[in-house]
Amino acid sequence: MADFDQELDATGLNCPLPILRAKKSLAGMGAGQVLRIVATDPGSVKDFEAFAKQTGNELLESKEEGGKFVFRMKKA
Amino acid sequence: MSEKKLAIIATKGSLDWAYPPFILASTAAALGYEVQIFCTFYGLQLLRKKLDLKMSSLGNPGMPMPMPMPVLLQALPGMQSMMTSMMKQKMKSKGVASLEELRNLCIEAEVKLIACQMTVDLFEFSNDEFIDGIEYGGAATFFEFAGESDICLFI
Repeated sequence: MADFDQELDATGLNCPLPILRAKKSLAGMGAGQVLRIVATDPGSVKDFEAFAKQTGNELLESKEEGGKFVFRMKKA
Repeated sequence: MSEKKLAIIATKGSLDWAYPPFILASTAAALGYEVQIFCTFYGLQLLRKKLDLKMSSLGNPGMPMPMPMPVLLQALPGMQSMMTSMMKQKMKSKGVASLEELRNLCIEAEVKLIACQMTVDLFEFSNDEFIDGIEYGGAATFFEFAGESDICLFI
């Protein structure tokens, strides 16, 4: 079973687009739902940490997988 | 969480310098900030209906060039257009958003855009050259918001 409710492909996008797209996806989701984000921008690793800290959405996971950065974020 | 506020003064009208205000404003909005951008002098270009911004390597020794080029060559006719299209291509290939896209994201996120009335008059712009939904105001208008902002940037 998938450990997320919705997925966002942010590969090929550069700052600040992964954050902005994630924000938009989260806006359409319900509290407690999980968004999986796949990105290629190395800056997104720190950016998603900062995004989580400032918005209250919880960053459940942040990992590198086959040259891509994968995040799971739970909507507050 | 009480809403934080970001106030930006945008004064530059070249392709490269148009990015920081729009990137910071759209990101701040995504983080929950209330944002206003006060556009004055060449920053008014950010509000034009058609964003046709150019850039030049002239007077900008910090710009990385694909090959060394004497300053006099950089001043030749057509060089500015060439620089601009090269930069746009490069940005596209690196997945950098276009200015139009960033501006639309700002508008979507309710970033308030203000045109400096004095410079609108100075450069004899007419209001229909600018996008809809912006406000027109002066320094006092800006301070009303900037005075209670958490972050204030001059770009």
